Amino acid sequence: MSWTKKVLRVNLTEGTCKEEPLNMEWVEQFLGQRGLATKYLVEEMDPAVDALSPENKMIFITGPLTGTMASTGGRYSVVTKSPLTGGLACSNSGGFFGNEMKNAGWDMVIVEGKSAAPVYLNIQNEKAELLSAEGYWGKSAWETEEGLKAQHQDPLLRVATIGVSGEKGVLYAAIINDLHRAAGRSGVGTVMGSKNLKAITIRGTKGVGNIKDPARFFQATQEAKQVLAENPVTGEGLPALGTQVLMNVINEVGGMPTRNWQDSVFEGAGKISGEAMLEVRESDGKANLTRNGGCFACTIACGRISTIDPEHFTVKDKPEYQIASGGLEYEASWALGCDTGVDDLDALTYANFLCNEQGMDPISLGSTIASAMELYEMGVISKEDTGGIELNFGSAEAMVAVCELVGKGEGFGAIIGQGSKRMCEKYGHPELSMTSRGQEFPAYDGRAIQGIGLGYATSNRGGCHLRGYTIASEVLGVPIKTDPADADGKADLLIAFQNATAAFDSAGICIFTSFAWTLENVAPQLDAACEGDWTPERLEELGERVYNLERQFNYAAGQSGADDTLPDRLTKEAIKQGPMKGQVSQLAKMLPEYYAARGWNADGTIPQETKDRLGL
Amino acid sequence: MQKSLVIDADKCTGCLQCEMACSVHAEGVFNPSKSRIKTFPFHDEGIFVPYTCTQCDEAWCLHACPVEAIQLNRETGAKEVINDLCVGCKVCTISCPFGTINYNADSGKVIKCDLCGGDPECAKACPTSAITYVDANWTGYDKMKQYAAKAIPGQPAS
Repeated sequence: MSWTKKVLRVNLTEGTCKEEPLNMEWVEQFLGQRGLATKYLVEEMDPAVDALSPENKMIFITGPLTGTMASTGGRYSVVTKSPLTGGLACSNSGGFFGNEMKNAGWDMVIVEGKSAAPVYLNIQNEKAELLSAEGYWGKSAWETEEGLKAQHQDPLLRVATIGVSGEKGVLYAAIINDLHRAAGRSGVGTVMGSKNLKAITIRGTKGVGNIKDPARFFQATQEAKQVLAENPVTGEGLPALGTQVLMNVINEVGGMPTRNWQDSVFEGAGKISGEAMLEVRESDGKANLTRNGGCFACTIACGRISTIDPEHFTVKDKPEYQIASGGLEYEASWALGCDTGVDDLDALTYANFLCNEQGMDPISLGSTIASAMELYEMGVISKEDTGGIELNFGSAEAMVAVCELVGKGEGFGAIIGQGSKRMCEKYGHPELSMTSRGQEFPAYDGRAIQGIGLGYATSNRGGCHLRGYTIASEVLGVPIKTDPADADGKADLLIAFQNATAAFDSAGICIFTSFAWTLENVAPQLDAACEGDWTPERLEELGERVYNLERQFNYAAGQSGADDTLPDRLTKEAIKQGPMKGQVSQLAKMLPEYYAARGWNADGTIPQETKDRLGL
Repeated sequence: MQKSLVIDADKCTGCLQCEMACSVHAEGVFNPSKSRIKTFPFHDEGIFVPYTCTQCDEAWCLHACPVEAIQLNRETGAKEVINDLCVGCKVCTISCPFGTINYNADSGKVIKCDLCGGDPECAKACPTSAITYVDANWTGYDKMKQYAAKAIPGQPAS
């Protein structure tokens, strides 16, 4: 069955930890992780609550394949109401925290209320307790993990924690586990900070058993691993270059948002690419990439472990950063680099370290800095506002200085920490915020690549590539190649991706497997592990159900069809140069097609018959 | 022909597939805390090192055991714990210089690598071939070959 069937409910206001049974009826409909947590949240909480109030709840949840030998089966999600978007936040992380929760005997942990003083939740198998975190408040994620392991005299303790940014109310604070894996987006770390919950520590030794049909499970997981190994993306591209394999690819397509989306080709892309991370530098004879780091059970190992040139200005007198740690992902390299015009690989790696150290989403951070740079060059923001920082595009020094400030929520960093929507509104130029639903876009230009633009507009968590990664089809040709510039058929393509992704995200596995796997590869693994018949068709419908439920949450939280939109820069300002010159997003054409194909009304609301069909 | 586990840490990504394969084979559950092989992440250096019993010929654990609960499997060369004999005294865990035999509080017995009877699951599960199971007399074969290859004209000398 693969679920532990146990939920840990933690009330921070009352200081209690209680066990309750998992709702298996909801499991049938929502599987686990992303889907199941959304169901719990919708049933238990009014979506209209203030995201940073004690009334908001946080759910840390595994999937049925978490903790098993299924490749990438180590994922967990954090689901809550987002302070950044006001809608649903659902952030997914790898590393080794999710499997530890499952090994301790818990499918999920629901956190309610607010503690009067800083605490951390300590879980040792069936025992759970809230302990004082006074000594860790004000400490970084790195210091906190190190301190907690020392305090418990347990090097095998798994820790998920916020850094200082989450304490200070930076609206895109992340939760960091295993030092450099993150539940990164939508401010899930901010919610944690608002509850005075500094960290969760887990040690689980019970193991994950109860596989329905072990022999068939080994067969299915083994076959699926073989599919990953033989696929050019998961078997070659990602292991060799990480997600940074995309830097040159997307740039060549002409879909690389540059300098706050003023351009769509970045002249410095080659210098900050995955290939550049392999080049041996002169100073110490080493490359930026030290090693591939795999998350739990992952047979792809796209994770990058990097070191910064010890002679680089960012770390020259700081030995604490002259270590190997979590290196650049494509999205971080884009946001902190292309979007700010910075082509300094070491500066980007340092900024990425800071994001891990203090728990910040590098996409929202880099994108907000980029819009501030545009405001600075327009003369709207001055050196007085920035505290003396000359915030020009291309300045590695400025980019890094702002990252340091945001990490601690200090000075101009507190303003950048509010995200680009609020920051641009504050300075009177809301049109310069490259966001949807208040969340910053990732690294693909929706004018050049039509499907992903529609994806940004309709993503339930705001600007995001991980709700429906049509780039796979539009650029990489997976499962079939479609023309990125052509809007025809993109509504249907996106819906197929969105639904499948919601199913992957509910299973306990990583979405990167979907470069090689379809639901045809996932279903046999689930079916062998779990009771009930799990077919690709059932999973696809489950994904659609999850997507609709998330939208229902957002509507109840105050969003509407009017939020399915993009900034004018994407729909009206044509791309100025490169292969996609002259293109704008054809959102106005695609959105009605999307609504119709979803079975939604023309205003974006979900009609009763669609709800009935999906059992909502 | 006897075979040995050979570990190449340079290839390890720290994914723990080996620990799961080991625990599910030996204990019937996916449970890294019950694995006979352990992967150590050295974070600041960026290296992952899998480590397990090397099956010493003159095995300290075997000699230390007061009840002869650790015995040689002549076919595989593994030193195996005979659960029916083990009394959980832990003397072997003290005697092993490498720490690769450990007490399991749930069973009251010690656990160590037994090479899965000659078909080690960890080696089969490793996605990067960081763990291999090769001719015990030629564990240096790959490294030898690597150095021998330097004789090929045009190879950089180092």
